[in-house]
Amino acid sequence: MAARRFESTGSTGTLLHIDWTRCDGRGLCTELLGDQLDRDEWGYPLARVDSGSLEARDRSNVPIPADQQDAAADAVALCPVQALRLVPRP
Amino acid sequence: MTVRDALPPAHGAPGPSAAPTPAPLAGGVVPPATTARLFLAADPTFAAHRAVYGPMPGIEHPNALVDEVRLSGLDGRGGAGFSVWRKLAAVLASTARTNTAHNNSGGMRTKRPIVVGNGSEGEPLSRKDETLMRRAPHLVIDGLLACAAVVGATEATLYVSTEGANAMRTALAERADGARIAVVVAPDGFVTGEATAVANALEHGVSVPRDHVVHLSESGVRGRPTLVQNVETLAQLALIARFGAAWFRSIGTEDEPGTRVVTVSGAVDAPQVIEVAGGTPVQTIIAACMNAADGADPADKADPADDADAAAGALSSVRAVLIGGYHGGWVPSGDLAVPLSRAALEPYGAHPGAGVLFVLGTGGCGLETSANIAAYLAGQSARQCGVCVNGLPAMADVLSRLAARHRDARLPAEIVRLAELVTGRGSCSHPDGTARFVLSSLTAFQTDVRAHLEGRCEVYG
Repeated sequence: MAARRFESTGSTGTLLHIDWTRCDGRGLCTELLGDQLDRDEWGYPLARVDSGSLEARDRSNVPIPADQQDAAADAVALCPVQALRLVPRP
Repeated sequence: MTVRDALPPAHGAPGPSAAPTPAPLAGGVVPPATTARLFLAADPTFAAHRAVYGPMPGIEHPNALVDEVRLSGLDGRGGAGFSVWRKLAAVLASTARTNTAHNNSGGMRTKRPIVVGNGSEGEPLSRKDETLMRRAPHLVIDGLLACAAVVGATEATLYVSTEGANAMRTALAERADGARIAVVVAPDGFVTGEATAVANALEHGVSVPRDHVVHLSESGVRGRPTLVQNVETLAQLALIARFGAAWFRSIGTEDEPGTRVVTVSGAVDAPQVIEVAGGTPVQTIIAACMNAADGADPADKADPADDADAAAGALSSVRAVLIGGYHGGWVPSGDLAVPLSRAALEPYGAHPGAGVLFVLGTGGCGLETSANIAAYLAGQSARQCGVCVNGLPAMADVLSRLAARHRDARLPAEIVRLAELVTGRGSCSHPDGTARFVLSSLTAFQTDVRAHLEGRCEVYG
């Protein structure tokens, strides 16, 4: 649903939002989006961000480049606990 | 830890001295002229409240009050310190937007916003909200009803601690407009007062934070625009509505205007809740809590030189002060001239927050105290987010090993790694705040960190 909405609006970029209250670290998203997501020692997705200031990090909304939109849409659709959605970049 | 239920000093607290006495308003009401603003009523009754503050002006132009709040510079007093007028304006705007969309799509019902006064005070070291609700409940009610009027809500909710609920129910029963306010008792717990947890509590009866991609001002309780303001924020707003932004700013500093209610606890002679001017040096506040036990009134210490001497003497027994509560940061004893301001405290990982100042005496080990707090915070996870559930206990465990003087030079780096790993990876800021606190303990007690790694302790030997 979220992915379709993105396509219809023709937005130029999206964020992959992780609902941490649902995520239980199955890891499917980290396989589909290996360049964007690592796994931490407990199995939860970890955004591969450049070191910025600690305060500025929002690692619940992961920027998705244009060429990864399909993979991100797959991750949203295939997440077994529906912990992911795509939201437009603010 | 017990905070004595000390009464805020009748003549006002330490800080810059009073503005010139303002002219009386209609009805003989005189705007408070000293730092004692919120606790002037002789007792918590409506009559005493009206006698001191006069009637609340009607809200005829919502935007005018939002503008006055903007000019006042009032920030939220629940911990996050978000600008109050921005929240009000955001709820107003999203209510207008939602209702326009509704009307355009032929919807019959408009979405009224939800307004909540938050006095849940989950921070174990804070007593200021409870004190305010017991001593000045009618200012809280005035502020809450004003917010409701501004955003177009017909009713409002108070989400408060058990103690606060008793006080607020008594006060609400005294006035006709009290019937428009419902009281909901918040369960105990560190994260139950987080704004999305408040929305969850009102919607589902479960006080745990929830996932969100938009602010509550856009979509909160049952999808409605939701305004959640701390009870002290509401009381301050009630005074701004009466006496104006210029009056509000006549005490405090340019970037920390007005007064702030703080809770001082720990190694002081007289733990207490006290109203201070914004930007007051931390040492002045601490010194006042040392001297109060000798019967001296802090307001008598008007001479800044006396103040500095007294502060130096009183501070000799202080090792560090935790500012901003368990999500705050330590300021070491040598730096206590720092003002209670967001900008000045930022380098310490601290913030005025909900006004919590916890004093660690020279007889206490900062790392041990910090490890205990970190363990408490790990246990306060709502247990919804895996990174918080796993990461906080791991971080607390490494800190406790450092506190216990394990000779493992890798411990500090491991704490830093875990702090960075958990930050920004939860539905609320509990992991972030806990990480910030733990990191501040490594910085504030850095010489003791080295001692501990050699099997010693600066305090315990």
